[in-house]
Amino acid sequence: MITRERLVEITLVLLLAAVPIAAQLLNEPFYLTLATRVAILGLAAVGLNIALGLGGLVSFGHAAFFGVGGYVAGVLAIHAFNGTPMLLGLPGTKLMPFIWIVAILVSGLVALGIGALTLRTSGVYFIMITLAFAQMIYYFAISWPAYGGEDGLSFYVRNGFPGVDTLKPLPFLLICYALLALGLILFQVLRKSRFGAALQGARQNEVRVAATGISPYRIRLVAFVIWAMITGVAGALYADLNRFVSPAMLSWHMSGELIVLIVLGGVGRRFGPVVGAGLYVLLEYWLGGITERWQLFLGLMLLGVVLFARGGLIGLLAGKPRHG
Amino acid sequence: MSSALLVEQLLNGLQLGVMLYLMAAGLTLIFGVMGLINLAHGSLYMVGAFACAAVAAWTGSFFLALIGALIAAAAAGALMEILVIRRLYGRDHLDQVLATFALILVFSEATRWLFGPFPLYLDIPAILQGTVPLPGGSRYQIYRLAIIGVGIAVAIGLYLLISRTRLGMRIRAGESDREMIAALGVDIRTLYTVVFALGAGLAGLAGAMIGPLQSVQVGMGEPVLILAFVVIVIGGIGSNRGALIGAILVGVVDTMGRALLPGVLSGLLGPSAAATTGSSLASMLIYLVMVVILVFRPRGLFPAGS
Amino acid sequence: MGKILAALAFALSAGVAGQALAEPIKIGMITTLSGGGAGLGIDVRDAFQLALKQAGNAEIELVVEDDAQKPELAVQIADKMIQSDKVDLLTGIIWSNLAMAVVPSVTAQEIIYLSPNAGPSPLAGAACNANYFNVAYQNDNFHEAAGEYANIDYSNTFIMAPNYPAGQDALTGFKRYYKGTLAGEVYTQVGQTDYAAEIAQIRASGADSVFIFLPGGMGIAFTKQYAQSDVGIPLLGPGFSFSQDVLGAIGDAAVGVKNSASWSPDLDNPANAAFVEAFQAEYGRLPSVYAAQSFDTANLILSAAAKASVTDKDAFRAALKEADFASVRGKFSFNTNQHPIQDLYMREVVKEGDVITNKIIATVFTDHGDAYAKDCSL
Repeated sequence: MITRERLVEITLVLLLAAVPIAAQLLNEPFYLTLATRVAILGLAAVGLNIALGLGGLVSFGHAAFFGVGGYVAGVLAIHAFNGTPMLLGLPGTKLMPFIWIVAILVSGLVALGIGALTLRTSGVYFIMITLAFAQMIYYFAISWPAYGGEDGLSFYVRNGFPGVDTLKPLPFLLICYALLALGLILFQVLRKSRFGAALQGARQNEVRVAATGISPYRIRLVAFVIWAMITGVAGALYADLNRFVSPAMLSWHMSGELIVLIVLGGVGRRFGPVVGAGLYVLLEYWLGGITERWQLFLGLMLLGVVLFARGGLIGLLAGKPRHG
Repeated sequence: MSSALLVEQLLNGLQLGVMLYLMAAGLTLIFGVMGLINLAHGSLYMVGAFACAAVAAWTGSFFLALIGALIAAAAAGALMEILVIRRLYGRDHLDQVLATFALILVFSEATRWLFGPFPLYLDIPAILQGTVPLPGGSRYQIYRLAIIGVGIAVAIGLYLLISRTRLGMRIRAGESDREMIAALGVDIRTLYTVVFALGAGLAGLAGAMIGPLQSVQVGMGEPVLILAFVVIVIGGIGSNRGALIGAILVGVVDTMGRALLPGVLSGLLGPSAAATTGSSLASMLIYLVMVVILVFRPRGLFPAGS
Repeated sequence: MGKILAALAFALSAGVAGQALAEPIKIGMITTLSGGGAGLGIDVRDAFQLALKQAGNAEIELVVEDDAQKPELAVQIADKMIQSDKVDLLTGIIWSNLAMAVVPSVTAQEIIYLSPNAGPSPLAGAACNANYFNVAYQNDNFHEAAGEYANIDYSNTFIMAPNYPAGQDALTGFKRYYKGTLAGEVYTQVGQTDYAAEIAQIRASGADSVFIFLPGGMGIAFTKQYAQSDVGIPLLGPGFSFSQDVLGAIGDAAVGVKNSASWSPDLDNPANAAFVEAFQAEYGRLPSVYAAQSFDTANLILSAAAKASVTDKDAFRAALKEADFASVRGKFSFNTNQHPIQDLYMREVVKEGDVITNKIIATVFTDHGDAYAKDCSL
C-alpha cells in the first residue's frame, strides 16, 4: 500500500532527477546551480531535522556549524592554493572527501563543547544560549584578519573530487545529490534505531526515559553532535558552490533561514527539509526576478504557511504523519 | 584611565542599559504572560523611531513626536497581535520563531516602501541639547541623562502597574495560571492584546528616544533585538526585575569592555594589535558573560515564578 | 512542480527582457536595493539608468537585481546572470566584501566586471585581473587624501574605524601619508550604533583632530553623537560618511566637517554641471558620490561600445582601458592595474538654504594612483 507521503516523496525524487534533463533541454545551466543549492540547504536541514524533528531541540545557533564547515573548506583550500602550511605545519588540501572529514571532525568537536554546556538548559534558554555561541563565533570571524575578516575568503576554483570534474555544474550537482541521499538514509536509520526511539522518548517524556537508565542529556548530546556534523558537511559544500565563504554564513539570519526551510517542508518528516529547501530557493529566485521588494512577499508567504498550513508543505500534501 | 573618564563610561553603560531595559521589559512581559518569543520586537522599535522622525518633521515638536511614536508602535503592536500573534499562542516556539522572523521581513520592506531608502533626520529637542559638567572636569550630554531618567521612571511605573493596579493583577494571574483567569471571567483576548500593545509601546518609546542619537534607518532594530534577548535570558525570562538588572549589567559590561580591553592588552601586544584584538574580545564579551551565567544558573539570575 | 515554477520564471524573465536586437550589449547589475544600505544601491542604479537614457542607445540592455547586502546571494545572482541571462558585462556592487565574493570567480569566467564603488586592495594588487576595471577608487584613496590634508593643520590625530578589513585598510591608508603623531587608534564593532564610550576617549585623549571611517548608519550615529557632545575637536573623514545620501539624516551636525573624495556636486566641469542638473531634474534629489561613479561607469561602457564589439573581448577591453569618455570627475584615466588615476579633493559640508551639501576647499592630490599597482602583473 503506497501512502500519500510516499507518493509525495517519489514525485519529489523524480522532480530532482528531472532538473538536469530540463536544464539540458532548455539550455539553462543555471537550473543546475539552483538544484545544487536545494540539495545543500536540504542536507543542512536534514541535520536540523534529527535534532529538532526527532529530539525537539529548537536552537538558534546552527549557522555556527554551517559556517565552521564552510571555513574548513575555505581555509584548507586557500592553504593548498598558496602552498602554505597551516597550524602545526599541516598542509592544506583541495580534495573534497578529505575536506568533508575535517569539516565533520571540526564541527563535531565544536558541537561537543557547545552542547556539553548548553544542553543543561532547555526551551527558550536553549534557543538563546545557542544563539549566544553562534554570535561569539560570528564576531570572532568578522574581526579575525588572517582569513579575510568580514570580507570573507575567496578561493577562486572549486575543490576537486577524484575522477570527477567538479568545475562543471552537473558533476558537482550529482555529488551534492549523493550526499543528500546519504543524509536522508542516515536520518531514516537513526529514526528507526533504538537511539532514535530514546531521542523521541526523551522529547515526549524525559522522566520515563531517565527511569529506564538512559541519560536524556547524553542522548541529546549525541544528537546535537551528529546534527552539527551533517550541517558542517553542508557548509563545506555551500562554500564550494560559491567558491567563497564569509561570516554571513555564521549570522543569525542564516540560522533563521535554515529554520524556515524545515518548517516550510514539515518538521520531523523525512523529506520535509528537501521540500522546504526547494520551495525556499524557488521563491527566492522567482520573486527576486520579479520585484526588488521580494523580501516583503517572501515574508507574507512564510507567514501564510505558518498560520494556515501547519505541518508544512508535506503536511498539506500528505496529511498527518503516520507512525511506523 | 582617570576617575573622571571612568564615571563618564559608567554613565554611558547605564544609559545603554536603560535603553535595553525598555526593549527587554516588553519582551519579557510578553513572554511571561503569553509564553511567546517575539523576534519582531525590534521592528516595533524601528516603527517608533520612524514615526517619531516623521511626526517631528511634520509638527516640529519632538515631544509631540514622542507621543506619536508611542501611539504608532502600540497600534502596530495591537494590529500585529490581532492579525498574527493571536494564532500562535498555542503553538510551539518553532512556529513562533518562524512567524515573527517573517514579520521582520514584512516590516522592514514595508517601512522602506513608505519612507524611502534613505535614513531619516531626527535631532534632540532644543531644550535637551548641550552638556553638563561632571566631577573631574569632563562633560556629559543632557539628553543621555534624560534617557536614564525616563528609563528609571518607566521601570518604577511598570513595577507599580504590575503590583498595584487591576490590570497588573490580571497580568500576574495570567503569568501564573492561564485557565484560572479565564474562569474568573476576565476577557483574556483583550488582556493579551493590551499586554502586547504595552510591550510594543515600550519598544517604540526606546526607538523614538534613541532616534536622535543614531541613524533612523531600516534594520536598526535588529542589533538591539539580539542584545535585548541576551538581557532577558541573563535576567530570567518573565521577570521585570531581572530585565532591569540584566539590562544594566549588559550595558555596563559592554561599554566598559570596549573602553578598557584595548588599553589592558596594549601592554602585551602593542597598540595597533591591541586595538583590533581588544575590539574583537569586547564584541564577544557580553555573550561570554551570558554563557557563564547560564552554565551556573540555567534559568537566569531571577527565574520567574520562584 | 519545481519544473513548472522554473519554466514560469524563465518565461517571465524572457518577458521582462523584451525583444533582442542585433548584437546588443547585455549588462547585469547586482546592487543593494533592500535593507539598511539600499540608498547607495538605488543611487548607483538610478545614475546608471540616467546615463543609458541620455545616450538613447537601444542596443544596450540592463538587468538589475537586489543582493540584499548578502555576499552569498550576490554570488548566486552573478551565476544566474552569467548562465541564464547570458550577460556580457557585470557591474553594480557597493560593498568590498561582496566584491571579494563575486569578482574573482566572475573574471575567471572571462566576464568583464566594472566596479562603480568598492576597491578592495587584493584586487588592485596581486589578484588584479584583465577583466576587472575599477571606475571608482582603490579603497585606500580617500583615506590617503585625508591623511595628506591633515598634515597642513594637525599633528596629533585620533583615528577610528570599524574592526573589519575595509576599516583596517582605511587607517592604513590614512597613516601612509599622515606625518603627525596618533592621539589614539580605536577599532569599533561592525554595525555599532552607540559611540558614547569612544567619544569619551576622544575627549580625554588631548587630540587636535579626529579622523573617522564609519560608513552608512555608523557614520550617521557617530556624527550626531559627536556634535551633541560638544567635544569641539575638528572632525575629518572620507567622503563616504558625508556623502549626499546621508547628509539629510545627519542634518546640521555635519556642517563644517571636512571630507575627502574624488568628486563633489560643485566640481567645475561641463559634464558634471550637466549631470547634477539632469539627476536633480529626473529624481528630485542631489546625486551622491556613488551616483557620480556609476554615471561614469555607464558612460565608460558606452564609449567602449562605440569603438568595439563586446563579442571581441580583447578589443572591448582595450577600448575600455582608453577611458575615452567625459568623466564628471573632470579627468580620469586607468592605471596599469585598471584602477583610476584621478584628482582627490578635500570638501567641506555646507548649508545652502535648506540643502546640506559639499563644497570643494582644496585639491589634495593630482593624478593619484594607488599603492598596490606595483604588485599587479598586468
